[in-house]
Amino acid sequence: MIEKRPIGALLAHFILIIGILIVAFPIYYTFVASTLTSPEIMAPPMPLLPGGHFLENYGGAFGGIGTIGGVGVGRLLLNTTIVALTIAIGKIIISILSAYAIVFFSFPGRMLFFWMIFITLMLPVEVRILPTYQVIVDLGLIDTYTGLTLPLIASATATFLFRQFFMTIPDELIEAARIDGAGPVRFFKDILLPLSYTNIAALFVILFIYGWTQYLWPLLITNDNNMNTIIIGLRKMISFVDADTQWNLVMAITILAMVPPIAVVVLMQRWFVKGLVDSEK
Amino acid sequence: MSRRVVFPNRVLPYLLLAPQVAITLVFFFWPAFQAVRQSLYRDDPFGFSSRFVGLANFELVLSDPNYINSLKVTVIFSLSVAVLALVAALLLAVMADRVVRGKRIYQTLLIWPYAVAPAIAGMLWLFLFSPAMGTLAVMLRDTGYDWNPLLNGDQAMAMVVGAAAWKQISYNFLFFLAGLQAIPKSLIEAAAIDGAGPAKRFWTIVFPLLSPTSFFLLVVNTVYAFFDTFGIIHAVTGGGPARATETLVYKVYNDGFVNLNLGASSAQSVILMAIVITLTVIQFKYVERRVHYA
Repeated sequence: MIEKRPIGALLAHFILIIGILIVAFPIYYTFVASTLTSPEIMAPPMPLLPGGHFLENYGGAFGGIGTIGGVGVGRLLLNTTIVALTIAIGKIIISILSAYAIVFFSFPGRMLFFWMIFITLMLPVEVRILPTYQVIVDLGLIDTYTGLTLPLIASATATFLFRQFFMTIPDELIEAARIDGAGPVRFFKDILLPLSYTNIAALFVILFIYGWTQYLWPLLITNDNNMNTIIIGLRKMISFVDADTQWNLVMAITILAMVPPIAVVVLMQRWFVKGLVDSEK
Repeated sequence: MSRRVVFPNRVLPYLLLAPQVAITLVFFFWPAFQAVRQSLYRDDPFGFSSRFVGLANFELVLSDPNYINSLKVTVIFSLSVAVLALVAALLLAVMADRVVRGKRIYQTLLIWPYAVAPAIAGMLWLFLFSPAMGTLAVMLRDTGYDWNPLLNGDQAMAMVVGAAAWKQISYNFLFFLAGLQAIPKSLIEAAAIDGAGPAKRFWTIVFPLLSPTSFFLLVVNTVYAFFDTFGIIHAVTGGGPARATETLVYKVYNDGFVNLNLGASSAQSVILMAIVITLTVIQFKYVERRVHYA
């Protein structure tokens, strides 16, 4: 606080509260809708306080009245969890290894590999949809977890983050380790990895969210409803033309699809924020 | 990026790089190469053979009014999303940096949308603004405004821009707040002693020192608006009404997977690739010069 300006502080709080209302309202609204009955939702204006059908709707979502193409919400949540975890952990492993090679070794082709990884930034799935799909078909990976995750595991961003971090590690540390007789594997395992825990935790949060929120790729790769992620499943449930859409269940499933990633961000907030900030430097 | 001290191993670095490079080659470079190749060929209607047609696919795509429309839509969409999300986030971050009490609570309450999938963000906005069931849609109509995003292209655009920007605010907010907190307090105190008020301090000290953050966020937001918003478009408008929200990425998907037009879709992929590369290069080259690095 530089100077005392009570009106300024009041204004700041006021603007922040307005901001939070705007940010939180769509989620709150959907939560309220998830505690109402379908006819109540379809008769706007909808009440803005939660109704009494919470257990009924969430129970119905899990109970499997053939919720989404004959697949239960449990299965969809499981699929999404597997996909998100595999992508996050896979990206971290292969990126930390690549960054380690690029920063701590000198070998022919080092810059070439660095640029190869860099260029993938410019080739997101969206610009090579069909041919990548073709590769997955040729490899027989349609409707598999491998197909859902493997192509998304390469990560220029994560490699850069680790590279940035590794560059800040003083040469003296490596010299000391080498004088004490540590080889590259030992150095990685006993010194570099423990030093990277914060970065790994931070990256994990971001990549878990990335994996959880995938849309285009699972849309292409899954035909079988059993392999859908929850977001794709939800999209298939929503139809404004179809009068049979059970909006109360849609709302409950929307909330269920949001809770795990939001919980990760809020519970791991410290790592999340610190990681994002550190990685930018 | 070279260090003085490195490990002398010859084989190990290649082994370490192998998984990343293998995935990159199989799922990035090979498909990209295929996209370029297919963009020069055209399949016969039955899909039995394809023949080399040179740049004919590109001519076809670039002379297609739908494609030009989609280009316009994408530019309007991306600019609106980036500007809206950056301005809103900056305002909130400056305010959060000013308050003494409750900073953390505000932060926690502002960051959740980061975790919401774009497609779901779109659905949330649809629940609010759908003419059939949205409470806000009803309120809008009660004020006499003719709200129907299913028929009115501009309104559909406003809705997807709102959803896309809404989702991006938390990300930008966190970065702006971090950028603000990294600015040495002594600078601001010195300016305050010299008699500069909050507004003057913001524009002459804080804002210039934030420019590396803003530059970084501009890149991220543009890429986000270009690519990551496919889910919003697909889940909310399906490119409609009358192609009013058909972005380039949505059109590639639609032409390739729904209309099964391989050559045209590949040509569009290649153009999109060129756009991404140019965008990245221009932003790195041009914006960097105007950025004040502390």
